Amino acid sequence: MKKKLVSALVCAAMVATMVVGCGGGDTQTDAPAADAGTEAPADSAAEDATPADDAATDAEDAAPAASGEMLSIGIINNDPNESGYRTANVRNLEETFSEENGYVTQTFYGKENDKQVEAAQKMIQDGVDYLLISAADVAGWDTVLQDAQDAGVRVLLYDRIVNADESLYEAGVVSDMAKEGETAVAWLEKQGLEKYEIIHLQGLMGAAAQVGRSEALTAAAAEKGWTLVTQQTAEWNAEKAQQIVQSVIDSGKTFNVIYAENDDMAKGAVAALDKANISHGVGKDVIVMGFDCNKWALEELKAGNWNYDGQCNPFQGEMLAELIQKIESGETLPEKLIYMEEKGFDATEITQEEIDQFGI
Amino acid sequence: MGNNDAKKSGGSSFFAELTRNQLFIPMAALLLLLVFNLIMDPGFFKITLGYNSAGYPVLSGFLITILDSGSELAILAIGMTLVTAATGGQDISVGAAIAISGSVLLRMLCGTNTRPETLVMPVILAFLITCVVAMLFGAFNGTLVAVFGIQPMIATLILYTAGRSIAAWVNNNELPIITEPSFAYYGNYIPGCPIPTPFFIAMICVVVIALILKFTTLRLYTQAVGINEYSAKLNGLNPVFIKILSFVILGLCVAVVGLIKVSRFSTINYSVIAKDIEMDAILAVALGGNALSGGKFNMTASIIGAYVIQCLTTTLYKFDVQADALPAYKAVVVIVLVVLSAPIVREKLAKLMPKSGNREVA
Repeated sequence: MKKKLVSALVCAAMVATMVVGCGGGDTQTDAPAADAGTEAPADSAAEDATPADDAATDAEDAAPAASGEMLSIGIINNDPNESGYRTANVRNLEETFSEENGYVTQTFYGKENDKQVEAAQKMIQDGVDYLLISAADVAGWDTVLQDAQDAGVRVLLYDRIVNADESLYEAGVVSDMAKEGETAVAWLEKQGLEKYEIIHLQGLMGAAAQVGRSEALTAAAAEKGWTLVTQQTAEWNAEKAQQIVQSVIDSGKTFNVIYAENDDMAKGAVAALDKANISHGVGKDVIVMGFDCNKWALEELKAGNWNYDGQCNPFQGEMLAELIQKIESGETLPEKLIYMEEKGFDATEITQEEIDQFGI
Repeated sequence: MGNNDAKKSGGSSFFAELTRNQLFIPMAALLLLLVFNLIMDPGFFKITLGYNSAGYPVLSGFLITILDSGSELAILAIGMTLVTAATGGQDISVGAAIAISGSVLLRMLCGTNTRPETLVMPVILAFLITCVVAMLFGAFNGTLVAVFGIQPMIATLILYTAGRSIAAWVNNNELPIITEPSFAYYGNYIPGCPIPTPFFIAMICVVVIALILKFTTLRLYTQAVGINEYSAKLNGLNPVFIKILSFVILGLCVAVVGLIKVSRFSTINYSVIAKDIEMDAILAVALGGNALSGGKFNMTASIIGAYVIQCLTTTLYKFDVQADALPAYKAVVVIVLVVLSAPIVREKLAKLMPKSGNREVA
């Protein structure tokens, strides 16, 4: 019974395939292949274009007509949701390379390296003039950068540098994380405290920002005899930072400085201090230091609740545009690595204008 | 001689009974941690009544920290236990769903202004809307699992991946900050009450679920579906409904946790809020001695399991263990639990105690 059913099914399936096969055969034999050929790239193009804003894709359509005066730019960045820094970074580049400023831009945002590489390949095929890349991972970019060079596409890296031969890109515009740390530590030293008992809240271990900002403090502590009451990673997380500081308070250890490697962790630490009625800020018991210059953090600074905030400058657009103009006018770029200017803000000196200008 | 023998067998049977009780594993783990802390530093148990910077009395100490920070996990453990029991799988999208809930809550309270002077609507109304949204997401997971028969971990992988982006999208990628002080009560302290509010919220959830399990057929039905879906169906139960219901209840738990999490700092960070909390919630269920393959469950054990995990975390912080090494310690606990619950090990253990084994047979 079962066997009969199976064989009947098999027969039915065979007949069905034959019918379908004949149906295909009736039309021109080349047609299906050609269809597939044209459809596939169109599909993938549509998919790739979705992350880009509509304006960019519209502009792209109009590009051939206006390509004489407009530079076409491909921007590859990380996921805008990653952090406040990234959101500001993405927005800054979009604003700088807008149509009003004379650029035709296509963008790709993703947190996966291979998707980014794919998007870069596609942009090279589209014949962009410049490719701006902030890579998710340092590895895996050699081939695509070589392709870009062969196709005459100039590459500028920003925010993050990749492991590839320097000749493959024009320049890299980056933050000097080590310098950010040094600036902050120099500021801390200038405060001339009698004793330094520091709670050091680190970022996600291994991240460039964590390494740079930690190194300076660890070195200074060893050199100047500062005490690190605790040195813990709170993984950029306010709540973990709160628990760590809470744990130090509950243990009854004394401290007078909180060195948090981003604003969120500083906020978490302050929540623990508030709970234990430990005063913090300008002229108070505990000095609070943060990084990244979120707008709300700078406001805490202005209110005197925190003491210091170190900038991590996400506004690389202007610098990139400047470099592109230099290349266009035939100048050679002096350096491969160009560091963004980054400030450290002191609570006693910060102004509302600075908050509006530098807050992210 | 005989007397002695009887005593011995009596003792071992008492021990066997104790170990058979499902509360044994979490209680033993808790006791172990507390004894360890007592030996290392009795200061662990010190609770002091102080004042916070606003001038209100607050209790502080490691035990209070455990009760405070463990609340979210305890609430999640309730929902996760039901999902585990009904479907024999776990929901790994909990953290991402909390991000969505928190984001929706803030969106409701702030409207389009990220720095509102006053709240757009009462917190309770915004919270109810958040509950509905979170339950819808729960129902989405539940439908994938119950109707389409997708493995729970795979089905919830969708939200796990996309959830935090959805959360950011809800608020247009902005980070709303609420300045209204009364919103902070839910995650911190009600002025004048020295006990952290999250603990009260967790206790309310525990009481509610205890009443539901006592006075409704939820426990029976969930266990029936978890043990054997087909026989449950033959007995007139609707397994699809029970499974979706368990995910919806978890969604409700997620909304409550979202409120606490967002209230703690009166703001949200989409990428790190409640990060990896799903793993702790699953661990709480496992630590409670519940079979991760579904079926019978013990809610009390799961909830105690949640506080045990927080106790472990706080202990490790106290001894300055690097925070990124915490998952490794938790992994050791998981491995021990899984190995202990494996049939082969259980058989071997049963052979080690022949007397109690014989008695069982007799």
